[in-house]
Amino acid sequence: MNASLSWIKSYVPELDCSYQEFRDAMTLSGTKVEGYKVFDEDLEKIVIGQVLSVEKHPDADKLVVCQVNVGSETIQIVTGAPNVVEGMKVPVVLDGGRVAGGHDGSVTPGGIRIKKGKLRGVESFGMMCSIEELGSTREMYPDAPENGLYQLPEDAPVGENAAEYLGLHDANYEFEITSNRVDCYSVLGIAREAAATFRKPFVYEEPKISRTTEDIKDYLEVEVRDQDLCPRYTAMVVKNIRLAPSPRWLRQRLASNGIRPINNVVDITNYVMEEYGQPMHAFDYDTIRGHKIIVQRAHDGEKFVTLDGQERNLDKDILMICDAERPIGLAGIMGGEDSKITDDVKTLVFESACFDGTNNRLSAKRLGLRTDASGKYEKGLDPNNTVPAIIRACQLIEELDAGDVVGGMIDLYPEPVECKKIPFDPDRINAYLGTEIPREEQLSYFPMLEIEYNEDDNSLTIPTFRQDLLRGADIAEEIARFYGYDKIPSTLPSMNGVSGRLSYQFEVNEAVRQLMQTCGYSEAMTYSFESPKVFDKCRLEKDDPHRNAIVISNPLGEDYSIMRTSLLNGLFTSLSTNYNRRNKEAALYELSNLYVPKALPLTELPDERMTLSFGFYGEGDFFTLKGALEELFDGLGLNGHREYSNRGNLPFLHPGRQAILSYEGQDVAFLGEVHPAVVKNYSLAARTYVAQVDIAGLYDLVSFSRKYTGIPKYPAVSRDLSLVMDKEIPAGEVEKIIEQCGRGLLEHYELFDLYEGEQLGEGKKSLAYTIRFRAKDRTLEEKDIAPLMDHIISRLGEIHVTLRS
Amino acid sequence: MKEKLARIRQEAMDRISSATSVEALNDLRVFYLGKKGELTQVLKGMKDVSAEERPQVGQLVNDARKEIEGRLESMRTEFENKLLEARLKSEVIDVTLPGQKRKIGHSHPNNLILRQVEDIFIGMGYEVVSGPEIEYDYYNFEALNIPANHPAKDEQDTFYINNDILLRTQTSSVQIHEMERGKLPIRMIAPGRVFRADEVDATHSPSFHQIEGLVIDKGITFADLKGTLDEFAKRFFGPETKTKFRPHHFPFTEPSAEVDVSCFKCGGKGCRFCKREGWIEILGCGMVHPHVLEMVGIDPEVYSGFAFGLGLERLTLLKCEIDDMRLLYENDMRFLKQF
Repeated sequence: MNASLSWIKSYVPELDCSYQEFRDAMTLSGTKVEGYKVFDEDLEKIVIGQVLSVEKHPDADKLVVCQVNVGSETIQIVTGAPNVVEGMKVPVVLDGGRVAGGHDGSVTPGGIRIKKGKLRGVESFGMMCSIEELGSTREMYPDAPENGLYQLPEDAPVGENAAEYLGLHDANYEFEITSNRVDCYSVLGIAREAAATFRKPFVYEEPKISRTTEDIKDYLEVEVRDQDLCPRYTAMVVKNIRLAPSPRWLRQRLASNGIRPINNVVDITNYVMEEYGQPMHAFDYDTIRGHKIIVQRAHDGEKFVTLDGQERNLDKDILMICDAERPIGLAGIMGGEDSKITDDVKTLVFESACFDGTNNRLSAKRLGLRTDASGKYEKGLDPNNTVPAIIRACQLIEELDAGDVVGGMIDLYPEPVECKKIPFDPDRINAYLGTEIPREEQLSYFPMLEIEYNEDDNSLTIPTFRQDLLRGADIAEEIARFYGYDKIPSTLPSMNGVSGRLSYQFEVNEAVRQLMQTCGYSEAMTYSFESPKVFDKCRLEKDDPHRNAIVISNPLGEDYSIMRTSLLNGLFTSLSTNYNRRNKEAALYELSNLYVPKALPLTELPDERMTLSFGFYGEGDFFTLKGALEELFDGLGLNGHREYSNRGNLPFLHPGRQAILSYEGQDVAFLGEVHPAVVKNYSLAARTYVAQVDIAGLYDLVSFSRKYTGIPKYPAVSRDLSLVMDKEIPAGEVEKIIEQCGRGLLEHYELFDLYEGEQLGEGKKSLAYTIRFRAKDRTLEEKDIAPLMDHIISRLGEIHVTLRS
Repeated sequence: MKEKLARIRQEAMDRISSATSVEALNDLRVFYLGKKGELTQVLKGMKDVSAEERPQVGQLVNDARKEIEGRLESMRTEFENKLLEARLKSEVIDVTLPGQKRKIGHSHPNNLILRQVEDIFIGMGYEVVSGPEIEYDYYNFEALNIPANHPAKDEQDTFYINNDILLRTQTSSVQIHEMERGKLPIRMIAPGRVFRADEVDATHSPSFHQIEGLVIDKGITFADLKGTLDEFAKRFFGPETKTKFRPHHFPFTEPSAEVDVSCFKCGGKGCRFCKREGWIEILGCGMVHPHVLEMVGIDPEVYSGFAFGLGLERLTLLKCEIDDMRLLYENDMRFLKQF
């Protein structure tokens, strides 16, 4: 919403503040100023001058030498302006003054300083100005010539400030209006807020019409058939229309709000919409067949041509303004081609109506046609505003002599909206705000807001334009706003009965992050939605359950259209970004939800599973990755049974370099080298390693309790075991046997050599372990160890693992 | 005997003094004091000494032994010191050579900042909780006083799965879940992902994070809201930070406010960072709307509360001076390593 300060001041004449003060105070009382433009910011020493004489320049064909009366003196000015004539009045910038820009419309920040000087040898003591040089445009001043000086009216007072005379000593403010304050989408609404903010009287006179002819009943009949969508319809008729340009004051106010002046009738409808926030529509009376207006819903499949010449497809939820035979306008959105005001208009009908906001918004959206009018209607307007607005429009018709107002009005308003009443409870307001604002002071804010206090029942009567005030909390906000949010004290709530902490899940997540970072992985974040193409990119089978992803019905595009069922696409993409930007190595992890639907289409919320993905390229291999996974499990106190197996056959991983990790019998993670085909699909580094862990499934198993086991007092005994076996036998099988046979004395074992070579023969490998035994209570002797080792070796023999000779 | 002893002693002392290495000293120790050493031989010859002289000679032998041992020891210490000195001299390193860093990972800046926020609120007694990202329309809108057909629900802002289920547009939905649990008082913050149909650019992303705050108790006031957020701003941006509360509108709070903090770069004088305003908008807040309380079955006549919502990315961009939001989701190592 825009409004110029001068327009606001016309309702708050005692308002006296700087532009900045106005901005700050309005913002602090709740009408936020987004910015403001001072029209004469770059104008200085510009007065009204009168050209007394024009003589040829002795040395230049295109220049003339003028004597110009600037009030206090007569000065010589050399100009090249084509339209300069003796006697004309023009804006003149004096020596040392500033103009806003060039005559070509270019704007120079800070303005251009004008100094006396010589033009082709002739002295010049100032400059006569075009409207562009004053920082304005022909849009705002349609009477300005395309090229040349701006001619001021004959009665312009010579020597006075020209910027002020032209209405440029003003600023236009852009306000951010919150959706609850429909009334503030009008200059009157802003002016009311300004009056309350500055505690100055709001001066408003009910608009009046002084003379009318005839009776509207003889001209027009109106019928509202769908009253649910049109709570009020008000119409007036104006005849003998005399189209003309609007006077300068009106043009300027419109232009300063960014509205192009057109003619008096159009300008009046726009002006009233800005001033009252009430959209007005003007129909050409002579095009209304049967001289009857009917307000009713359209039919499905009906078509209508709006005044912009476009054909629109209608449906039964779109409200239409019709005449006796056909539709003539989309209610509250746009008029029709056939009934629009043309230069030949003789008689017109003003419509000032109230339409249902929601219906209007949805209709405009379906039609793809959001107009200035629908922008107001969609917010839900106060039906009690239609009459003052239409009278204001007719008052302006009278003032501008644009036509003759026909007597009476048609006003269909079967269910008038009454003022609400809210009990006034000053103590409760103070208790709510944490303030001690005296009752009398609270009462003092209400008159400024046109809220009436009723002593008899201690209640407040709320004007109907304040649709946002419904209950005590709303009144508390009004008091707080004008008392000043900044004056409300700052306190802290009592700490009784509360203690701060992370929820358990967040605590685990935080531990996961710390562990991953310790292992050298940096935290990544990627979007939760992705393209359905990722399934193919990851080589998932057609029936892979991961393809059952939740689909967004209105995505930003296919690339963001499904909720991810795996974090890998994000990880692959991030690793690929790094690789293709020639980063030598990258190690990333992400801890985020993936979304597993219980059934598709979705009927209940999906399972959001907190999941960890991590991966890298660069230095390291599968076992570097596995090492990090082991560190993670150790760090989370997951000391139960972990088993790695190669039974996964995950299509996106190298078939011979992947594993599923099961923990206590549950599959909880997978890891491996990325399949070469997937490497290609994502343009990844040739050897990229990734893992994914179902953190959600581990929450209940994680343990942060740590218990001390004594530092050993007795020495350990170590034995090395060098084994030969078929290549296919996994080390895990060997280790399982070592663990099983170690009983209470096995302390640690470690693979220290892995060898494959000719000496062993085709298809064989050798593993060498150091096994360490220790007892808590004594020094172990050979007789303790020997049976254990024998047992291990014999068990290994059962799976055809033998000692290396 | 005595002469012999004196001679051995003198000779030993001379030879020890002129020894040139620890090894030579060891040899001399063996030569004089070893089992077959000269002094030991003298002791063995004691049997030839008369009984009266024996104690005296014994004393002399012992004295000589002590003297030789003392000299051996002092010479050895001297040699060792010299060796140590030589070693230390030879081991001088260039301390300006680069240190070798272990490869450790880095936090995402969003989480770096989130932890700072969490720590502040945990210190003020808040529990950090979470809620679903895919949410029922009811929790995201209706229960927050945004009824059907409210303009805020416009499809252009919200990603829908179907008529009832959507991607939450605000963490405010967690307020409702927490209140529905029925455990009062409540003091929580809820960080998490939210989604809005904004095209990606330097300041927008269709997926970003908010941190919701909610306090419900008896006697909670607007002044408590001001004090809490003022305290947060001072701890997060620095003790000199000032806050400005501007009236605003949110459907689920009344009164509502937007909060600006004095620019922590220029202290409020106005700079490029705060777009010459001196103030930076950081959050929206307000007293929980009584109708919202009623809908979850909390009596607004007994309980009151406040809520606030922070944009995590906004805090991160501000605090880490990141000029383009897209950097947060590219995960370039050169970016992440800075946090």
